[in-house]
Amino acid sequence: MSQASATSPGKARWLVVAVPYVWLILFFLMPFVIIVKISLSDTAISMPPYTPVFQGFSTLRDFISQLDFDNYLFLTEDPLYSEAYLSSLRVAVVSTLLLLLVGYPMALCMARANHGIRPTLVMLVILPFWTSFLIRVYAWIGILKPEGLLTLLLQSLHLYGPDEQVQIFRTQTAVYIGIVYSYLPFMVLPLYSALEKLDGTLLEAANDLGCPPWKAFWKITFPLSLPGVIAGSMICFIPITGEFVIPDLLGGAQTLMIGKTLWTEFFGNRDWPLASAVAVILLIVLVIPIVIFQNQQRKAEGGKA
Amino acid sequence: MKPGRFDATVLTIGFAFLYIPILILVIYSFNASKLVTVWGGFSTQWYQQMWHNEALMDAAWVTIRVAVLSASIGTVLGTLAALALVRFVRIPARMLFSAMIYAPLVMPEVITGLSLLLLFVAVGVDRGFWTVVIAHTTFTMCYVAIVVQSRLVTFDRSLEEAALDLGCPPVKTFFAITLPLIMPAVVAGWMLAFTLSLDDLVIASFTTGPGATTLPIKIYSQVRLGVTPEINAACTLLIGIVTIGVIIASVATKRREYQRQRDEHLATTAA
Repeated sequence: MSQASATSPGKARWLVVAVPYVWLILFFLMPFVIIVKISLSDTAISMPPYTPVFQGFSTLRDFISQLDFDNYLFLTEDPLYSEAYLSSLRVAVVSTLLLLLVGYPMALCMARANHGIRPTLVMLVILPFWTSFLIRVYAWIGILKPEGLLTLLLQSLHLYGPDEQVQIFRTQTAVYIGIVYSYLPFMVLPLYSALEKLDGTLLEAANDLGCPPWKAFWKITFPLSLPGVIAGSMICFIPITGEFVIPDLLGGAQTLMIGKTLWTEFFGNRDWPLASAVAVILLIVLVIPIVIFQNQQRKAEGGKA
Repeated sequence: MKPGRFDATVLTIGFAFLYIPILILVIYSFNASKLVTVWGGFSTQWYQQMWHNEALMDAAWVTIRVAVLSASIGTVLGTLAALALVRFVRIPARMLFSAMIYAPLVMPEVITGLSLLLLFVAVGVDRGFWTVVIAHTTFTMCYVAIVVQSRLVTFDRSLEEAALDLGCPPVKTFFAITLPLIMPAVVAGWMLAFTLSLDDLVIASFTTGPGATTLPIKIYSQVRLGVTPEINAACTLLIGIVTIGVIIASVATKRREYQRQRDEHLATTAA
């Protein structure tokens, strides 16, 4: 490291850091400052549909006197919003557990497979990820609809009578199916990379000493795969909490999720300040999981270097 | 160890779950019947109909241009960011920098989309083609940074050091040695950025303006009205483009990898 720093000329070196840095400050950090600012302003029927809190850089006192927490008060007064946050978190927790339940056996079997076919298996997990999210969710509509392919399959197997139909589409179950389906690659890959590194001799030793396989799994495999479990869970949990497409397309009237609420406030009711307040609170709710994720990533980075 | 029978079953079920919905979608795009659940024989009529649907084709063209541009800018920025993260220890506020690289990976899209839109409105930019490009560049560059970074940390620096010792200027060393060696990761990063941009609905919906409707936005508005074979055809086309791209990229990467190994071998034997 020190050698490159010593030999790199200042200018090129400076640009390598500065260009992405400035871009991210402008287009990632700045928008968050603005979203906080607008969440504190009033709704106005104009374009843009809000009254700016301050224009330019007026004095700080002026700014603070104009701050307006009405949007946040409104969010706490209307139980719809707190319910939407809670139900989003519930959906995210349940989905993450389901994903672990489905993803862990897959990752474990992949890690136990022959060395030769492992790259192919990894490729097979990654490929669906290259297919549009929207398309994959859309594919499930055709399957889960009452007159869809699942009904057809069950009827042709005589498990369902000719008049019976599957009542999954536009329910919470459909949302869970859609989420598990869409996020499975994100869960399997971190789990696999943790399980693949596992030292096989540990399991052999346990086996030689008479430890039954299931006990060896709980005592050795699972604890050692925990970094993968945490990484995979965070990668899934955080975006699922703010998920919009899946609850919107597969969910029904009773599906309450905050991403959908935000979308409706913004595109339906055109209430930009309220939508901003919804986003700011969602961000606050997600700060802890995001910090865990970041630390995990930094650790992985440090471990490899 | 348990017999491989159990493992094979688990994997088969898992992959069936991942692939059957997509397969069904592709198969039914060739269905002659308009009803999604009735098979009316093989037909390509929906592809013809889609081809003549000007709004759909316009959206496809916009989407591809956005994806190529944002993936290319994002790859340059992401590669620089990866270099900065791995090679430079003394970055001002390093924590902030790495946080800004990792956070967009998991940030719910509704937040990223809304906040970017508010930025564009605040500075008074007309929303449209370029605002979508900027938005997509911002989140795709982080994926590229992660992909390139993972290549850089396992990178053998002896060739680079040799070039520097022999008096090659650092910038030239980068283009002559480092870049060719990390090229597979850069290409993979570009591909990933391209597909992420191609797929994005939520961020594009927030940051787009009149005249810049992307294909996912178009598909989404039609999907809400119900499943149609024409949308199946459009989806299959998208899947086809991406699949061909992935195959080309993986073949190219394999060839480069082979070439790299040969070059490295030659270099070490020559030394």
